[in-house]
Amino acid sequence: MATVRIPSPLRRYTNGQSKVESSGASVNEIIESLEAQYPGVKARLCDDSGQIKRYVNVFVNDEEIRTLQGGDTPVGDKDEVSIIPAMAGGQS
Amino acid sequence: MSYLTSDQLMAKLRKEIKEISVHELARKMDNGEDVTLVDIRGLEEWDQGNIKGSVHIPRGFLELQIERHAPNRDQPIAVICAGGVRSLLGARDLEALGYTNVASVAGGFNGWKNGGYNFVVPRIMTNEQRQRYSRHTIMPEVGEEGQLKLLDSKVLIIGAGGLGSPTAIYLAAAGVGTIGIVDFDVVDTSNLQRQIIHKLEDVDKPKVESAARSIAQLNPDVKVIGHRTQLTSHNAFDIISQYDLVINGSDNFPTRYLVNDACVILGKPLVDASIFRFEGQVTVFDTAHDGPCYRCLYPDPPPPGEVPSCAEGGVFGVLPGIIGSLEAVEAIKLILGQGTTLAGRLLTYDALEAEFREMKVTKDKNCPVCSEHPTVTELIDYNQFCGIPSVEHVSTNGAVKQPALA
Ligand SMILES: [Zn+2]
Repeated sequence: MATVRIPSPLRRYTNGQSKVESSGASVNEIIESLEAQYPGVKARLCDDSGQIKRYVNVFVNDEEIRTLQGGDTPVGDKDEVSIIPAMAGGQS
Repeated sequence: MSYLTSDQLMAKLRKEIKEISVHELARKMDNGEDVTLVDIRGLEEWDQGNIKGSVHIPRGFLELQIERHAPNRDQPIAVICAGGVRSLLGARDLEALGYTNVASVAGGFNGWKNGGYNFVVPRIMTNEQRQRYSRHTIMPEVGEEGQLKLLDSKVLIIGAGGLGSPTAIYLAAAGVGTIGIVDFDVVDTSNLQRQIIHKLEDVDKPKVESAARSIAQLNPDVKVIGHRTQLTSHNAFDIISQYDLVINGSDNFPTRYLVNDACVILGKPLVDASIFRFEGQVTVFDTAHDGPCYRCLYPDPPPPGEVPSCAEGGVFGVLPGIIGSLEAVEAIKLILGQGTTLAGRLLTYDALEAEFREMKVTKDKNCPVCSEHPTVTELIDYNQFCGIPSVEHVSTNGAVKQPALA
């Protein structure tokens, strides 16, 4: 089971949890099992064709998956998957 | 016992000591002649201006220190003071040490200045500054030289809000000499929970004015330039080009992409951070030194409404204190050229979990702005880019206000 880090805006799908366990051998599989556990999450991460949205950054450990193999990036049991969305806040 | 009055002594020395005019000195220096110019005035006189290339030995230390600068007794030496009197005495003392080629500069530094010749005024700190920044200057990573760099630096802060408040306060305390602040807003009571540069009495007043007042109370060394406007594609180059470095604390995606693109195109380092609820992120974009940019990290903006703003989602009041302070740390490191910046690294902080983490930010070799073959080479319509209808409307005071996300 890999650990998945859930950012604030998505925690309402995970009962407020910031860290959840999810199974899957790739980022795409992890997202599928997340969706099974926490319905609604996938639509926030992927577009209609199932591609991870360009403004959502997914890291396996400290590497962004666009620099790896995208949704096919392999995920091991000890890996940590972090979802880091762009945030704009700061001024107001 | 016979004695001389000082006038008689000077008259005697004028006969014995070779004198050269300031014009002759200038000619020798222009020609690159081998002459050691020794300025024997006091420290305060020296600090107000001196001739480039001269060595400073106050007269009281002349005999003790001259050998460091002129080990050979036949080294040509010109001694200069303020008006050409003390230099006669200095030249006599050097001759007494056995120096054979000594001249006194008639007219001294004042004659040099009046002759229209160039001089330099050394950058020095006042006694007050030496005290104020003593905890900085005692550290070799800063030193007096680094502190002067800070005093000479010009930093632009986008937004005098949650992030901009602690950033501006710490930069001002650290002695960043010029702080520009871009903010269109006025202070609202709901800002005071986290925007610590503003006070209750500032409510309804422009944030740039309120910030300038707080900074003036903290450090009179700091010049604050308030830009009470929205940053737009029309004014971004004009404003940003006046500064060495930009710190982003804005609250909407169009401004973030605008600031990024302008900084990349102008080659200015950008310290970027954002906050939401209990989480913050901070990084450095330094594309002039091959670092990635905001678009390398976030190639596309989210559609409007997809990412909630702090106004909608809330923000923990202390959080911008942490993240804004980290921005100030990175800015100061960039100015000093010390340490390793967050360029290429995204530092995230989760206040609820008390966790700092670090992600790699890789430069996108196809980045539309910072790659070798950019497709975006001038500023675009960032509202349109972010999917916001680009209807600029003119507000009551005549300023163009863009619709913002937050
Ligand atoms: Zn880039």
